[in-house]
Amino acid sequence: MSDVVEPPDAVAPTPPNENTAHSQTDERVKKISNWRQALIRPELGGICGTILVLIFFFAIARDSGMFDADGIMNWATVSAQFIIIAVGACLLMIAGEFDLSVGSMIGFSGTIMAIASVHLGWPMWVSILFTFACALALGWVNGILVIRTGLPSFIVTLAFLYIFRGLTIWLSIIFTRRTIIGGVKKAAEGDWLAPLFGGTLGDGLCRWLAKVGIMGTYADGSPLISGIPALIFWALGLLVVTQYLLRKTRFGNWIFASGGDAQAASYMGVPVKRVKIILFMFTAFCATIFATCQVMEFGSASADRGVLKEFEAIISVVIGGALLTGGYGSVVGAALGALIFGVVQQGLYFAGVESSLFRVFLGVILLIAVIFNNYIRRIITGER
Amino acid sequence: MGTLPLVELVDITKHFGKVIALAGVSLTVNTGEVLCLLGDNGAGKSTLIKALSGVHQPTSGKILIEGRQVSFDSPRDAQKLGIATVYQDLAMISLMSIRRNFFMGREPMRRIGPLRVFDFKFADKITRQEMIKIGIDIRDPNQAVGTLSGGERQTVAIARAVYFGAKILILDEPTSALGVRQTSMVLKYTHAVKQKGLGVIFITHNVRHAYAVGDRFTILNRGATLGTYTKGEISIDELQTLMAGGKELEDLSAELEGVM
Repeated sequence: MSDVVEPPDAVAPTPPNENTAHSQTDERVKKISNWRQALIRPELGGICGTILVLIFFFAIARDSGMFDADGIMNWATVSAQFIIIAVGACLLMIAGEFDLSVGSMIGFSGTIMAIASVHLGWPMWVSILFTFACALALGWVNGILVIRTGLPSFIVTLAFLYIFRGLTIWLSIIFTRRTIIGGVKKAAEGDWLAPLFGGTLGDGLCRWLAKVGIMGTYADGSPLISGIPALIFWALGLLVVTQYLLRKTRFGNWIFASGGDAQAASYMGVPVKRVKIILFMFTAFCATIFATCQVMEFGSASADRGVLKEFEAIISVVIGGALLTGGYGSVVGAALGALIFGVVQQGLYFAGVESSLFRVFLGVILLIAVIFNNYIRRIITGER
Repeated sequence: MGTLPLVELVDITKHFGKVIALAGVSLTVNTGEVLCLLGDNGAGKSTLIKALSGVHQPTSGKILIEGRQVSFDSPRDAQKLGIATVYQDLAMISLMSIRRNFFMGREPMRRIGPLRVFDFKFADKITRQEMIKIGIDIRDPNQAVGTLSGGERQTVAIARAVYFGAKILILDEPTSALGVRQTSMVLKYTHAVKQKGLGVIFITHNVRHAYAVGDRFTILNRGATLGTYTKGEISIDELQTLMAGGKELEDLSAELEGVM
């Protein structure tokens, strides 16, 4: 099932006085066929989907530049954005909860950061840390309300979807009389923390690749991509850390347990409430990383950033094989879901297809994923 | 021999607002004994058990473990003192693997440099070993619990409690949702656990299941004890009559006979 299958270690010897009919047990342990074992891995849908969309776009949009260095960087960056919010949503969904306030949190964080740095003139790093502190606090509020009221997180965080968005616009207008706050680039100049979100890495490598002719160049001789944006490293970093956390640690086991059956888990001593609150804070944290990278990249914040991002995160997670009901899923799957999302969204643009079809595609793939996941769940739990 | 009972509940009451769920219940459990707690729905069995397993705090009364008075704020506190509860539906989480379930809340850890990781190798070894002991030896510990039958789930949950050093095992309706063969599997294993020297509290409203494993029987009715009997003192029919509110059932069967 959801575990990584480790190589079978030596089976403890059966006591000799046991029924000898089944003392040689090793062979029979492998009752599930490899096919079925693969089928019930949550990442399967994501892997197949990724391969399919890449083949598809390679076939129809090869000449559009989609698979040139800058084309790849284009959809990789978009995918990385989705990955950052999807990993947070993924852990939370496995723990059995939703956060619909992610998109509003993105707008909120960006605006707070811009108000603090541009309007109030705080040093950029102070503004960034302050924003993260605010986001974590609000994530905590989300979590504590869900836990204390016992209401579905769907409703509680839907309320915050509106509350955060409203507050964002209100604060933005109160402080700056507008809803788009520019000038962040200037405020971030010379700051030590800002490049961690807005910088690029491997600039020298890109110049070298362009010089030796592996990568194309613009007319003025500068390489097609000047460096790999920090956003991509954030996405990969978050992916590795959360995958490790979920699969290999005690906390990961608690996440599965909290979503699988909160009451059974808490009877066994799993601190379900704490796990859930921490994960609500983590989704807010991920949203703020997204917001910070975006603000640094654009040099501005806008109160309407992040609209619908909560659903895009959830869709990525579901395409990645997680169950909406919790207890089952994979961060790698969610990241693949996000990659599919990014490839298709940008790919249709490269292919020159009417972009409204993207939403049709999303709806269809979401339905397919949910139906497939449901089927898998029945295989796992043996329900009929 | 004058040894103290393993568990002693003295005059436990529990009120939920205006509702009196328990109106002063006392019972004792000794080592190596199965005490069956019998009662119809709403008799207070579950409430009593939740008080003993730390889910609810009793309104009044005393809980003594080996003669020492204790109180619990959480199921974890009760677990620390060796009280393990296996709930009917909540024994295991069906989407998780057997090994993850087995060690849920008590994960074995191993160090890799500065990191502490779940020791799956150890978990696999123990899980498989414990499953072989109860005769479920054709399953991979990495399989989902959903692939186990209901009886197997209960027995693995019991094995888990025993492995983690439970002294007192509370089984909450372990057989109520099971078929005949599954039931006998659970009953057999309950008997084995008792012989290991644990004290078992077996909650059921099935008198025959109770009679098969029980040494003593405490009957609850409307939040109070109707009495405790040893196996020699009472027959299965008497037990049934007592539990079902005696007279009413006799009247009913007389009535029904008239109909037939």
